[in-house]
Amino acid sequence: MRFLVMVKANKDSEAGVLPDETMLTEMGKFNDELVKAGVMLAGEGLHPSSKGVRIGYAGNKRTVRDGPFTETKELVAGFWVWQTKNKAEALEWAKRIPFRNGEEVEIRQVFEAEDFGAEFTPELRKQEERQRAAIEQNKQRSGK
Amino acid sequence: MKAADAIDAVWRIESARLIAGLARIVGDVGLAEDLAQDALVAALEQWPESGVPDNPGAWLMATAKHRAIDHLRRRKMQDTKHEHLGRELEERQVSPESDLVEAIDDQVGDDLLSLIFTACHPVLSTDARVALTLRLVGGLTTDEIARAFLVPKATIQQRIVRAKRTLAAARVPFEVPRGADLASRLESVLEVIYLIFNEGYSATAGADWVRPALCEDAVRLGRILAELAPEEAEVHGLVALMEIQASRIRARVGPGGAPILLLEQDRGRWDHLLIGRGLAALERAESLAGGYGPYALQAAIAACHARARNAEETDWPRIVALYDALAQLTPSPVIELNRAVALGMAFGPAAGLEVIDTIRSDPSLAGYHLLPSVRGDLLAKLGRFDEARAELAKAAALTQNARERELLIKKREAL
Repeated sequence: MRFLVMVKANKDSEAGVLPDETMLTEMGKFNDELVKAGVMLAGEGLHPSSKGVRIGYAGNKRTVRDGPFTETKELVAGFWVWQTKNKAEALEWAKRIPFRNGEEVEIRQVFEAEDFGAEFTPELRKQEERQRAAIEQNKQRSGK
Repeated sequence: MKAADAIDAVWRIESARLIAGLARIVGDVGLAEDLAQDALVAALEQWPESGVPDNPGAWLMATAKHRAIDHLRRRKMQDTKHEHLGRELEERQVSPESDLVEAIDDQVGDDLLSLIFTACHPVLSTDARVALTLRLVGGLTTDEIARAFLVPKATIQQRIVRAKRTLAAARVPFEVPRGADLASRLESVLEVIYLIFNEGYSATAGADWVRPALCEDAVRLGRILAELAPEEAEVHGLVALMEIQASRIRARVGPGGAPILLLEQDRGRWDHLLIGRGLAALERAESLAGGYGPYALQAAIAACHARARNAEETDWPRIVALYDALAQLTPSPVIELNRAVALGMAFGPAAGLEVIDTIRSDPSLAGYHLLPSVRGDLLAKLGRFDEARAELAKAAALTQNARERELLIKKREAL
């Protein structure tokens, strides 16, 4: 199973303050543990939201809004992608992240192929569409 | 989340290190696992009341270590003839406990490697190696292993008990093999990991074509090994091969669980995160002395497919060259068969058929469904439909996988 582990933004991350050397060392050690355990698939830090942009969708209309965005707690400052046996294992790893200053982390499971029923595979969806089109054609042909 | 789940999770993360550290002290993986299990039982009794400690790994290690020391002392007193054990106690300064914990911490990497090599020791049957590796290194429960291999729990239990007994009886030393031994022992380890992967990737039996959880277990074991033995090119080769193959799992299964073969797969559904990891691992393998071993070569072939945006863009001549190299390194009729497929794609079906017909009567391929399956495909491309249908029917009768059989029958009917 895969999990997206999101580190929430705070005042510092939004101000573009980089972590101090102690934090970098500890985080490096933690990431090392993740790699050694075969758990870490990816991990990145993000620029502050002031460099970001938001796009809203309504019909054909696109509304573009430049950062920064204000609800700091809703923003993401960095993320990992982990592969673990289950959610409990992801949680146990997350507890070991060397944060101690009020940081917050959110764990979300990534959808896997088997989470969708067979009826949701694109192949089947396409097949259904074809069938529906054929039925429509038949209806038209028979004049109904 | 329930305390039991949290303890399970701690076990999964810590058990291999725990067992490995203990095995070095007591010199017996079976006993080490028992001691580690005792510590787990203690955790199950205490943690729901007291809460999970801040450093659960250290807690388990301290608890297990106490038991190990008790055990060694008891053995020493019971049997004074066991001088070497007594000596061991002195040499390793078991009594000052903090030293012991430090000694264990210092050697975690070596201990884990020793554990992997012991679990994959050639004195054990292949089945036993697989079960023991998943259990001791992968941290899987007997139940999980049984479910993954579709066998009763009791079978796996027996397999593990017997394996531990065999290791003890053969006095297999708990160590990383050195010198000339290392290469052949490493081969056994890689073989076990790839076997686990393949059982998940194209299940030899059962109703499902893939069992992704087993693939994940195998890739994870490979990644762990790659960090423990970073200088071994073939370890990275195997990791690369597994990452790239795993990248296709989503695309390999169609509606209703039917298999979709490589060239028909929707490449948009390939997992590009895993492809990137696979290509990086392949680069690591290529940069090391020793370069292309059999796993790295197979990974390089997989990489040709991964790099092609669509089936038509596949670099078949390069794949043929890689199969040529692979056939020289590890000649086998199965590799010839694959080489024939590549030749057919690169230089036309007649070229492929020519090679297939040289291995057709090879006794080791008798009963191998892919031989008639591939031959049938090539014949169909040459317009020899009657012969093709006969071959596909033969292949359908030979495969043990229900999904694959359906696919072959469908192919035959379409001709």
